[in-house]
Amino acid sequence: MTQSVFAPWNDPGAKPLIQFKNVTKRFGEFVAIDDLTIDIFEQEFYALLGPSGCGKTTLMRMLAGFETPTEGTILLDGQNIAPVPPNKRAVNMMFQSYALFPHLSIWDNIAFGLKREGLAKDVIGDRVQEMLRLTRLEKFARRKPHQISGGQRQRVALARSLAKAPKLLLLDEPLGALDKKLRQETQFELMDIQEKTGTTFVIVTHDQEEAMTVASRVAVMDHGKIIQVATPADIYEQPNSVYVADFIGDVNIIEGKAEPQGGKVSIAWAEGQPNVTGTPSSEITKGQTVHFAIRPEKVTISATKPEDATNAIQGKILDIAYLGNVSTYHVELPNGVVIKSQTANNRRLSRRSFTWEDDVWLSWTDTAGILLER
Amino acid sequence: MRRFSWFNATSLTFGFAFLYLPMIILVIYSFNASKLVTVWAGFSTKWYGELFQNEAFLDAVWVTLKVAIISSTLATVLGTMAALVLLRSGRFFGRTLFSGMIYAPLVMPEVITGLSLLLLFIGIGLDRGVLTIVLAHTTFAMCYVSVVVSSRLTTFDQSLEEAALDLGCSPFQAFYLVTLPIIAPAVISGWLLAFTLSLDDLVIASFTAGPSATTLPMKIWSSVRLGVSPEINALSTLMIGVVTLGVICASLISKRSAMKRDQDERTAERAEAA
Repeated sequence: MTQSVFAPWNDPGAKPLIQFKNVTKRFGEFVAIDDLTIDIFEQEFYALLGPSGCGKTTLMRMLAGFETPTEGTILLDGQNIAPVPPNKRAVNMMFQSYALFPHLSIWDNIAFGLKREGLAKDVIGDRVQEMLRLTRLEKFARRKPHQISGGQRQRVALARSLAKAPKLLLLDEPLGALDKKLRQETQFELMDIQEKTGTTFVIVTHDQEEAMTVASRVAVMDHGKIIQVATPADIYEQPNSVYVADFIGDVNIIEGKAEPQGGKVSIAWAEGQPNVTGTPSSEITKGQTVHFAIRPEKVTISATKPEDATNAIQGKILDIAYLGNVSTYHVELPNGVVIKSQTANNRRLSRRSFTWEDDVWLSWTDTAGILLER
Repeated sequence: MRRFSWFNATSLTFGFAFLYLPMIILVIYSFNASKLVTVWAGFSTKWYGELFQNEAFLDAVWVTLKVAIISSTLATVLGTMAALVLLRSGRFFGRTLFSGMIYAPLVMPEVITGLSLLLLFIGIGLDRGVLTIVLAHTTFAMCYVSVVVSSRLTTFDQSLEEAALDLGCSPFQAFYLVTLPIIAPAVISGWLLAFTLSLDDLVIASFTAGPSATTLPMKIWSSVRLGVSPEINALSTLMIGVVTLGVICASLISKRSAMKRDQDERTAERAEAA
């Protein structure tokens, strides 16, 4: 049985829910968003990922209506939303600080938005009850925000922003204040709730693991520009630039001069070292500077030179980072370059085959890495 | 337990004596039967009785309360608005000048404030009376209110207001449904401060009052100039009593709310652990 994959971005006929068209936002001299064009589709879980100050929060605040673009247009359902004030938008936001109203009970916090719509009392009551059930907060309805724990506050904030059944929910670093374990649990809870309600979620985060876990597509941003938008797997396996490869996960970057050789590219990268061979995804001209990016877990480490490997380099183990489930070996090549190799620890530590100062061979196939032009 | 130290005991005694001896003497003499303030002639409460018969004093009390309530309310509204505008409107041209101008009257000598108000009232031909005292008191109390409220607003999480807008409030609704309830304690203490300042004020009131309106401090001041009467002692004792009661109530209320918050936080921690 073939399962249909949720990928409206590949369907040319699909109509995006949100469209940014050449949006620029300046604060005085500072350019926060630089001529940015993106589409976000209905029911997507869209993650904006980037270092602090990359413009991701500004992008979100423009969607919420707290900032207006300096140039360009933002369309929601085909409508330009620039002139619509925040209180008239079918968009709700979950704030990083949660912004729960301290003087109101949990119940009143969730009912706050519904009351502004002037709905009947029993309709509001039912809806609040539904939200409390969804976020498992029934027991705390009468409490005030300072009488509940951090994780519960986070759920109240989510329930409050979902209560009005917005077309689009914005989440600004929603899990930043939670500890690691609770954060992982909550990530799955978020995905679950997103699936149940069918709401489009846009999440802002600087935590790449979080973005990879929850999102259907990840947009990597830097200096007000989108560098790449793709599914988590593509972002990791097919980064379009050194920046993205380096930002998401761990990576070895080898820079050198390209030499196309019948479908493959040989990279001359260091005096006295064998050339590295990779498979190009685009046209590479001879002599062009390229970056070969390979993830540490795709580099095999062995005591003797493997027979069949396309690429094999010898080095000495400089450092071992033991992380429990995996170990990362830092291997220094004769010319001083350090390559990382990661191996799953499927044997007990006492039976580990390598130790510091061991001479080892690093090898990988010609398709394990990726060739990047920038 | 700490050992008894003669030095500490002496400095404590002197310190408190310095602070409270004058007031204790005043309270004791208010129960003096003699008309001469400095001669003790036995215990009596007759001056309290006479005080409540004295129309002039009661009038002054009434004027003072009226002025204090109206002016502190006006000052609270204006001061809160000023604080909001200065903290919220971002950077506009001359903002530093504006905020400086709000706080300047705090350090302005009262005599000058009073005189300038007097000149203004004469200039525009406003008859001096309750109205002019109210205006004068509003003017100077407003600065105090705006200082109190803006210090609260600087720690106010702006995203609360944004959340209210996001959930469908108009800016005005966001203010009275979210901002105002949260900053209410600061607004109330601003009002209380304005109220006390107005009750207390002698200098500005003397400049701006007319023959038709005399406040209590003015009345006390003018009668003392004719000689301290035991009635004044009685009146002052009553004022000390009222102020003491107020301070005790306020500290009890804040202590109880702090205890409640502590308890709530412990409940929350238990809930988290469970």
